[in-house]
Amino acid sequence: MSIVLHAQGITKYFYDPEKFQVLKNINLQVARGQFLSLVGKSGCGKSTLMYVLSTMDTDYEGTLQIAGASLTGKSQNELAKFRNRHIGFVFQFHYLLPEFSVLQNVMIPALKLGECSAAEIEQRAIEKLKLLGMAEHALKKTNKLSGGQQQRVAIARALINNPDILMGDEPTGNLDSHNSNIVFDIFRELTTVHKQTIIAVTHDEEFARRTDRVVEMSDGKIISH
Amino acid sequence: MSINLSSLKLSLTIARVHLFSKPKQTIIAMLGVTFGIGMFIALIGLMTGLNDFTEEITMTSSPDIHIYHDITEKRVNLLEVVNPQGLNVVHHQKPKNETAKLRSAAGIVEALRHDPRIQGAAPMISSQVFYNYGPAQLNGQIQGVEIMEEDKLFDLKSKMKDGRLEDLLSFQEGIIMGSGLAKKLNMKKGDRVVITTPQGFTRTLKVVGIFQIGIGVVDNIRSYANMSMVQTILQQDKSFITDINIKLKNRHLAKTIATELQSNFGYKAEDWETANATFLTGVTVRNIITYAVSFTLLVVAGFGIYNILNMTIYNKMKDIAILKAMGFAGMDVRNIFMIQSLVIGLLGGLLGLLVGFTLSVLIAQAPFDGGDLINLDHFPVNFKPTYYLTGIVFGICTTAIAGYMPSRKAAKVDPIEILRGQ
Repeated sequence: MSIVLHAQGITKYFYDPEKFQVLKNINLQVARGQFLSLVGKSGCGKSTLMYVLSTMDTDYEGTLQIAGASLTGKSQNELAKFRNRHIGFVFQFHYLLPEFSVLQNVMIPALKLGECSAAEIEQRAIEKLKLLGMAEHALKKTNKLSGGQQQRVAIARALINNPDILMGDEPTGNLDSHNSNIVFDIFRELTTVHKQTIIAVTHDEEFARRTDRVVEMSDGKIISH
Repeated sequence: MSINLSSLKLSLTIARVHLFSKPKQTIIAMLGVTFGIGMFIALIGLMTGLNDFTEEITMTSSPDIHIYHDITEKRVNLLEVVNPQGLNVVHHQKPKNETAKLRSAAGIVEALRHDPRIQGAAPMISSQVFYNYGPAQLNGQIQGVEIMEEDKLFDLKSKMKDGRLEDLLSFQEGIIMGSGLAKKLNMKKGDRVVITTPQGFTRTLKVVGIFQIGIGVVDNIRSYANMSMVQTILQQDKSFITDINIKLKNRHLAKTIATELQSNFGYKAEDWETANATFLTGVTVRNIITYAVSFTLLVVAGFGIYNILNMTIYNKMKDIAILKAMGFAGMDVRNIFMIQSLVIGLLGGLLGLLVGFTLSVLIAQAPFDGGDLINLDHFPVNFKPTYYLTGIVFGICTTAIAGYMPSRKAAKVDPIEILRGQ
């Protein structure tokens, strides 16, 4: 089984209001196709760890490798490019751009990548929307959709560049149980059928229990995985 | 790092959507620039129009360089010559009794005409005279000229209100009179006027034409007559010349050339800038006011854009954060907002040019009475394309600077702070 994410000796401090060690020498390896949930009490550092793993947070000690590329010490611009190609994001809120249609929102990361023509990207975006059961809403403005629908569009957007890892920060945190189940089922299907690697931070125990692997954190350390 | 065209295109698309999604805000920001540039164009058109008008008037009323014998010029006193080592005091020295004649004037004119920097030189005789109007006498001035030479220097042909310059050539006893003077004397073309010289000599001349230069101080006192005629009136010989007027190829060299001529020929040489110093200080003052006001207007418009972009960016924090998470570099985000401010600047600026042009056209039609001093019935307005170019460049630069600061702030947004679920 190939390793898609390899983090070694991740240590991080917060300096405000006073110096505080939030992550303590964390080692983590994630296999391709794994559905991993990151759990722990509020303030244990699980979100902080995810943002380090996502390459958005560069203020840490240790090394990080994703899909064979060493990412420690790279410039913000290089990391932005890397995220565009290799990482998809789903957050607690959908963060769709309100002025754009569903289809345009899904297309934006691929347009940014600029590897395919707009027509090909549109084709692919429609496929992703179909996968999530949102194809018939493609031309609507995002604010015309329900919360669960918006989150599904956000997932389609995260998948548009076929990322190596899909990262979620409380992806079901703002949804009712019905929509949570839908999102979970989508994640499940993505990992089993499409071999998509998923790392999701959650405090939803039900959600975590049904994932392949649960990594539990406490006081900046991994206590079980 | 190479410029990624598809990224730029995407930034452009997003910028366009932002601009169109808040049309009111976009239009208000644009109107700020429009107003600034419109006023700039109108102001500078009017001010430079006035300046050009003033300069043209000074050009027609005074030669580029005027050579004459200034008998009031300070001279070395006799005591100084006899006793150069001593401490000499001569109180209230008066000028010598000299005529205003330029010696070897013909030679000077010949030399001047060979100077490559000089386009033309015309000799003339100038004298105070009285114009008799029944029992009343009006003080004035008569200039004995070679009228066609004078025309080359001052374009007199276009200033003629009645009669032709050529009539003076064919009629020895003729006179061409200033319009103000003719009005005071109640004269028309064909009437006769009696003039008296300071020496008491009287002569009757026939008015063959009337000119109007546009400045009261000239039109109210001056008239032109044939050179030989004036020499006769003054009871002088054919070599009597009092003034030489010079037209230069480049009038901005007048000051230096005048100094040179003065030392070469030993007579006073006065350049047009010195002769019209009072008129020309107005030009500088107007320029300062125009640029100060325009600059202020554009800075205010700049602040408007700065405010609106700042507000937009504040409202779009979430969008910026997600774009950065999805792989937009700081530069891409900055471009989105820079494009918006540049589009506002460009469209607002172009609209401003149109507004400025319309205002200029309206101002040019507004009636304006220049009074006795200058002959003016409408405001002179300048429509030079250079000012329109300056306006749009200035406008775009202002918006670029005003847009750059908030855009840079947007580029530096830390996505984690915004995206992190609390």
